[in-house]
Order: sequence, then C-alpha cells, then structure tokens
Amino acid sequence: MSTYAQKKGVGAVIWDYLTTVDHKKIAILYLIAGGFFFLLGGLEAMFIRIQLAIPNNNFVSAGLYNEILTMHGTTMIFLAAMPLLFAFMNAVMPLQIGARDVAFPFLNSLGFWLFFFGGIFLNLSWFLGGAPDAGWTSYASLSLASEGHGIDFYALGLQIAGFGTLIGGINFLVTIINMRAPGMTYMRMPLFTWSTFVASALILFAFPPLTIGVFFLTFDRMFGANFFDHTMGGNTIIWEHLFWIFGHPEVYILILPSFGIFSEIFATFSRKRLFGYSSMVFATVLIGFLGFMVWAHHMFTTGLGPIANAIFAVATMAIAVPTGIKIFNWIFTMWGGSIKFTTPMLYAVAFIPSFVMGGVTGVMLGAAAADYQYHDTYFVVAHFHYVIVGGVVFALLAGTHFYWPKMFGTMLNELLGKITFWLFLIGFHLTFFIQHFLGLIGMPRRIFTFLPGQGLETGNLISTIGAFLMAVATIVLLVNIVITSVKNVKVGNDPWGDGRTLEWALPSPPPFYNFKQLPLVRGLDPYWIEKMNGNKEMTPAEPIGDIHMPNNSFIPFMISLGLFIAAFGVMYRVDHAWGLPVLIAGLAITFGSMMVRSIKDDHGYHIHKEDLLEDEDKGVKA
Amino acid sequence: MQAEEKFTPETWPASPEKSTLEAKNKFLGFWLFLGGETVLFATLFATYLALKDKVPGTDHALAKDLFEMPLVFLMTMILLTSSLTSVYAMYHMKNFDFKKMQLWLGITVLLGFAFLGLEIYEFNHYVHEFHHTFTSSAFGSAFYTLVGFHGAHVAFGLAWFITLMVRNSKRGLDLYTAPKFYVASLYWHFIDVVWVFIFTVVYLMGMVG
Ligand code: HEM
Ligand SMILES: [Cu+2]
Repeated sequence: MSTYAQKKGVGAVIWDYLTTVDHKKIAILYLIAGGFFFLLGGLEAMFIRIQLAIPNNNFVSAGLYNEILTMHGTTMIFLAAMPLLFAFMNAVMPLQIGARDVAFPFLNSLGFWLFFFGGIFLNLSWFLGGAPDAGWTSYASLSLASEGHGIDFYALGLQIAGFGTLIGGINFLVTIINMRAPGMTYMRMPLFTWSTFVASALILFAFPPLTIGVFFLTFDRMFGANFFDHTMGGNTIIWEHLFWIFGHPEVYILILPSFGIFSEIFATFSRKRLFGYSSMVFATVLIGFLGFMVWAHHMFTTGLGPIANAIFAVATMAIAVPTGIKIFNWIFTMWGGSIKFTTPMLYAVAFIPSFVMGGVTGVMLGAAAADYQYHDTYFVVAHFHYVIVGGVVFALLAGTHFYWPKMFGTMLNELLGKITFWLFLIGFHLTFFIQHFLGLIGMPRRIFTFLPGQGLETGNLISTIGAFLMAVATIVLLVNIVITSVKNVKVGNDPWGDGRTLEWALPSPPPFYNFKQLPLVRGLDPYWIEKMNGNKEMTPAEPIGDIHMPNNSFIPFMISLGLFIAAFGVMYRVDHAWGLPVLIAGLAITFGSMMVRSIKDDHGYHIHKEDLLEDEDKGVKA
Repeated sequence: MQAEEKFTPETWPASPEKSTLEAKNKFLGFWLFLGGETVLFATLFATYLALKDKVPGTDHALAKDLFEMPLVFLMTMILLTSSLTSVYAMYHMKNFDFKKMQLWLGITVLLGFAFLGLEIYEFNHYVHEFHHTFTSSAFGSAFYTLVGFHGAHVAFGLAWFITLMVRNSKRGLDLYTAPKFYVASLYWHFIDVVWVFIFTVVYLMGMVG
C-alpha cells in the first residue's frame, strides 16, 4: 500500500479531489474555494471603496452599488470566512484529538460540495440578470419588493450552502465527542478543538432558524405565500427575528474558532502553557451560550419596546465579561514567556488591541438608548469590521501562515509574511478607524454616494486609501504562496520548533491514515510533554494493527449537483415551462444518489499491518 | 467486532445499535440531527403562533371554523400507534428476530400511510370547503408550512423504512444493518413527538379559539 506516494496525472488528481473523503484533502478544498470567494468579496469591497472615494462619484450606478454591497457581505460571511475556518477545522482538529479521520468522512465531503455549489449558484446571479440587492440581511419588505431573480439566487444559494454547514457542524461534534485518542479528556483538548466544538454546537442550533426564514422568503417570492406580506396578514418583523436569531450566533461561529487559532499561536510562540486554560474553556462555552440571548440588539430601533430593549441590552453587555477573561488570559500567556515574533504571532499580538476596540464599540452599540444614534450609520460598519477583520480575518491570515506547513509541507516565506502583516494592519486601521467618526457625524451606511461640503470627503478618501493597502497586502500573500509552492522546500514534523499539540507530532503533511498507532495523551499539550521528557515521538497507545479506512465516493458531488440543478428549476418555474421538469430532474439526481448510497454497501477497506510495517522500513514515519 | 460478522441470537450483543464505532457515531450524530430538527420545528411553531388567524378580510375561515376533532383525533391515534409498533419492531431487532421485526415495521408503514392519506384528505377538505389555501392568507401559509413540513417528514420516513426493509430483506440483521433500522425508528418517534405538539398547539388550541 505504498502506492499513494506515486506520482499521478492531472486527471487522476482532480478525480481524487472530487471524490475524496479525507479530512486533510477536504481542508485543502475548503481553503481553495474559501480563498477564491475571499478574493471575490475583496474585489467587491474595492469597488465599494472606489465608488465612495470622492463625493458624487459615478464609478458604479446606485443599483449596481446595492448588488455589489449585498454580494460583498454575503460572500464574505457565508462563502469566505466560514469555509476558511472550516478548512482549518478539517485540517487540524482531527489531528489535535488524535483521530484518524472525522466521524463521517462521507458527510464531510457532502458538506463541502453543498457549500461549493451553493456559493457558485449565488454568484451565477451576476451573469443571469443581476445579483441580490437587499443587503446581506435581506430584510423581508425590501427583499420582497426586489425585482428580477437576485433575491431568489440569495435564498436558494444560502439554503444549499447552509445544509452543507449544518452537516459539517454535526460531523465535528460527533468527531470530538466519540473519536478522541486514549487519554484525550475534554479538559485536555486544545483550545482550537474546544472552540470548534462550541462553534459546531452553535451551528446546529442557529442554522435551522435561518433555514426556515429562507424557506419563508422562497415561499413568499416564488410560491405565493404570505409570511411577510402584511396586506395578507403577514408580518415582516418575523424575518428580522429569524435572521438575527441565526445572525448573532453566526458572528460567534466565526469568532470563537478564531479565538481558538489565536490561543494556539499565543501558547506556541510564548513557549508557555496557555494561561488560565480552564477559564478559557469556560469563557468559550459561556460566550456560546449567551450568544443566543442577544439577537434583538440588532433590532433596538425596530420598536420592540423599552422592556425588551433593556433586557437585550443587558444580555449584550454581559458577553463582554467572558470576552474580557479571554483577552486577559492571552496577555498573561505572553507575560513572562519567551516570545518569538513570527508572522502568526504578529497577527495574534495585533489582534488584541484591534479586537478590543471592536468590543468597546460593541458595548456602546449595546446600550439601547445610545444605539438610536448609532444605528445604521458608518459607526456600525466600523464596529463589525473591527471584530470581523480585526478578529476573524486576522485569525485566518495567522492560521494560514501557522498551519500552512502542516497542510502542504512547506513554509511560507517569513519576510513576505511580515510585509503582508504590516500592510494589512496599517491598511485595516486606516480604512475602518475613521469610519467611527464618519458614522458619528451622520454618514448612513448602505448609501452609494455622498455630497461634497458635509465634512465627509477626507474621511472617505482616507478609508479608500487604507483599502488599497489591504489589497496590496493580499497580493503579497498570493505571491508568497506561489513562490513557496514553486520552491517546494519540504519541512519536518514540527517546523516552528515549538509545537505543543498532537498535530505537530506528525509528518507535514501527515500520512492519509494520520496515526499509525493512536497516541497516548498524558496531559494538556501532549507533544510538548513528550518533548520535555526527552521523547522524539508520542508514546503509542496501541500496537500496530490493521487500520480501517473509508472509500472515496463521487456521490456527495452528485447529491449537491442535483440540488444545484433543482434550484434553477424552482427559480425559473415561474417564468418558463422548462422550470418544473428541471426541478424534478434535479431532485431525482439528488434523491437517486442518496438511494444509491443507502442501497450499495460501502464497508471501506483495511490497510494491513504488514504494509504499515513495510512503510516504516522504507523510512515513512508516522 | 467486525460489522459484517454473522450472529446467532446467543452471540447478538445487547445494544447492537451502538456496538461498533461507526454505529456509535451514527447514533450520536442522529441524536444531534434531531436536536437541529427540534429547533427547526420550534421556529415553525413560533411563526405559526404569530400568524395564527392572521387573514386579510373577515370572510376568511379561522382556526376555530376549520378544525374538527374526530378527524385529527383519529390521525393522532394512528400515528401514536405506529410509534408503538415501531417499538415492537426494535424489540425484536434486539432479540435478533428479523422476521418479526420486518412484520412490525410493515405494520408501522401501513399506519404511516393511513395517517398520510387522512392528512391529504384533510388538506383537500380545507381547500375546497373553506378556500383556506397556502396563498389565501398568512394564516394559510403558516398552517400548511408547519403541518406540511411534518407531513413531508412522515413521507420521508416511510420511504426510508421501505428502502431499508426491501434492501435488507435477504440478508437480515448484523451490526451493519441493525443501526440503520434503529436510527430510522428514532426518526419515526421524533415525527410522532412533533405531531403531539401539532395536535396540541394547532388543533386543540385552535378549536378553543
Ligand atoms: C463584545 C462583543 C460584541 C457586542 C457587544 C456587539 C454588539 C453589536 C450591536 C449592538 C450591533 C447592532 C448595531 C446596530 O445595528 O445598530 C452589532 C452589529 C454587528 N456586529 Fe457586533 N457585537 C459584538 C461582537 C461582534 C463580533 C465578535 C462580531 C463578528 C465576528 C460582530 C459582528 C457584527 C456584525 C456583522 C454587525 C452588523 C450587522 C448588520 O449588518 O446590521 N459583533 N454588534
Ligand atoms: Cu449581534
């Protein structure tokens, strides 16, 4: 079974990725697809900033501006940030808990392809009559009034991608609960695994309300239902509730894994155990819990009344407490550590003040009475970009540099990495800091242009300049990736030299079965413990034996493709006769593929002990 | 334990639904999935309560005009019984009695079809007697979506049972097939529990006014 080391043709590689159920390859798929959408969303951001660089600009029209704005937000949240986090969860979490794969490798692949086809579907709107234009929040009265099929693309695309996310969440939960290596108790799990766990639980409970909300929107727009149509007895506020019951947990689905990545980086490069590990776990769980009780802070001005507003204001501000615990723990982790300022560490250090600023404006916004002033101004735009870029995007960039060697076996260039970091950091603050003040002096959000002589020119120009710096930073990162891949200098197990958790005990990239023998975990930071005891490798918890592996499958791709086709049918059913047959054909492909999956037995295969031993003789270490 | 191993009633484990790692994963994953489904239905219930009797004019039928006790009571009894019969099926599964399991699953499926038939009759009745349709009012949209979602779950559950029964009719029970039956029966119970809530919230509370 050493065939996996052989060189393969391009076609074989593509087929391999189309059918793979290996979490490490699925991670790469998520990274590539999420990275692609990140660039797309970034391009849309640049168009927004160019349009707003000077007053009365007509780089894009008002209608097109709305489409770009909507697609920017939707793409960044659903198609870039979440999949990129999923990339790291897939790549690292199973290794961190000492598992050979996730609990449901088949569903893992299905989750990816659903996300992928959902994202492609959404973006095809650009070529098929116009993109959605009611904002990423798609408030019902506005989205019902929107003409063309833009909103339908939004609803159906998010529905398909959302199923993928839900499947991914369940998969990670089961993996973490059932597949931990011997000795890996809950309170020895690395924080990235913990935050994956909590974020997955949030996905499980937050996505169904979105699913239902989007169903209602679809029914109202395409099947004549009246959920949000007040002339027929409907109620448009229902959408706001459903969207934000999903939407606020969603921001924690994004930020908690980011916190997790930073926790790993702080401990690694301070070369010190994470300070206050148990309180970190506690804070993560508490944030996840409270995250469900604050959704109405997005609706303070909707008119829910003073009592509701007061309750949600207090709950909102309460989240600052566990978040504060985390901030102090990170600082104390660095305190007295022997710090190495690598690229990931630079992002981590810069993240603290940046994110705290976003948290402070969050508490300001959470004061319901004050929010009447801030709501729907650039102040809110500044707030959520400080948390999302200063928190999530920094973590994604840090994670890219940190885990690149584990995923691809090569190190990104540190000098270029640091150039990216500084350009991005400066560009980020230049872009968004000034937006606080633009908001406070009254610039509303979601406007396509502004007038001269109202004090908005300088701020907007500065903001646009900052955006260009971030764009340059991204280009430097791409150059770095190309150079690194071309040079292709392979690295060993622990390229940073200070790895603490199990993934660094494995080769980079790990063999497809991850662990030849499951490791014995003897405490928090198990690899660090072994290193401190003078061991080069983990102590095995089992003798070498046969390893059971799942078979590759093309069915996930087909299931997702079927839904993709069906979505076109649903949408064009209203204006073309071919809509209905296409809908039925699409569903037939999906359910047919599911039938095949359930009828055809798939027991997987075994890697035999002898082959594993043979690999060892040839020096393939695991 | 190998999943494909052959068993006798003596060697059959006590909890065949979770005696391999795959089965354990499936078992837990399915419970979590049901957690998500619970939120899904909770959302539908909340919307239904918000939109109950919200109609555009005075000539529209309201909940108290529509629902009749005998029909929904019969539907409830049928579905509850089908839950019981699926318990019998799982009892025989645990005792490694494949024939009896298939028999009780067959009865479960028949009851499920009876329920579904009555539901179709019910909807048809509302549409033709009361002009209460999916598009006639927000109340109609919310009602048909909630109850219809449940009905779609019943239909899916039936298709699932039938597929399992046909596919495994020749080879019987082992540690690969037992978890499949078990999980399907869990799903069936869940559908039943949801119906108890629909019966209470939609029908009983609807008839009260
Ligand atoms: C201490 C923590 C936080 C507090 C107190 C807080 C509070 C708030 C409030 C009150 C609003 C509504 C403002 C308005 O519309 O008038 C808001 C908006 C927003 N927040 Fe936060 N937030 C916090 C953390 C986060 C995090 C961690 C993220 C994402 C990773 C985030 C993302 C957003 C987004 C995307 C919006 C804008 C939504 C829209 O389009 O209207 N927030 N936040
Ligand atoms: Cu929020």
